[in-house]
Amino acid sequence: MTTQKPPHLKTYLLIGVMIIAGPLGNVLLGKGMKHIGQLAIWPPLQLLHAGLNILTSVSIWSGIASLITFFVAYMLVLSWADYSFVQPASSLAYGIVALLGYLVLGERVSPLRWTGIAVICLGVFVVGRTNPRTTAQV
Amino acid sequence: MPHIILFTLIVVAGTGGELCVSRAMKVVGEAPSLRPTDVAKVVLRALRVPWMWLGGGMMAVAFFALLGALSIYDVSFVVPVTALSYVAGAFGGVVFLREHVSHQRWLGVALVAIGVALVFLGKN
Repeated sequence: MTTQKPPHLKTYLLIGVMIIAGPLGNVLLGKGMKHIGQLAIWPPLQLLHAGLNILTSVSIWSGIASLITFFVAYMLVLSWADYSFVQPASSLAYGIVALLGYLVLGERVSPLRWTGIAVICLGVFVVGRTNPRTTAQV
Repeated sequence: MPHIILFTLIVVAGTGGELCVSRAMKVVGEAPSLRPTDVAKVVLRALRVPWMWLGGGMMAVAFFALLGALSIYDVSFVVPVTALSYVAGAFGGVVFLREHVSHQRWLGVALVAIGVALVFLGKN
């Protein structure tokens, strides 16, 4: 774990898959839910109707597939690369989700929101640079 | 904001779920190798740990809360706000798993909190 080998091409490739598939999954979920409309919990029939709409939505299932792809890439890359290398790279995902929301879904993103997202990316980057194994005992 | 409950569920149930799964995996132990038989054994052992079921249930709640939030708000607002899970994770790790959190990690957590506050302020 302490050996300093340069990351392989497959590491960059899988991190690339992660920072695209994760945000894309969320954007597709967002697209699906915007199409379905605001969820009503009451009366139960309304909830059932919304549940059926979710289960039959192509966007939602594409989003779930994309998130599973993200998760598999994340697990695979963590099986050989250091968490402290992978996690900071994945902080970019917060910026990409906003960019996709803006470009694909036509969301209006205010300058203050962009700033906030940039600060979040920086924060997640800093968190990721710290050693994940911090417990004294096993 | 009436829908603040959705964000609380996403962050608290999501982080709580991850903490429960993490706790379950500490009980289960590491997989001796990544061979399918070893991985399957670990998965089967994990399914017998109640923390795993509690964690899975909480993650499911977080997922449906995320869908609920996405039905109301922009994805470019909802997903950055979910970064609050880093804040909840640091506190949860300290309180429930008795983990040590470094100064650098606290700095990152503080930046995430400031960023989320800015995203909230920049809400259209």
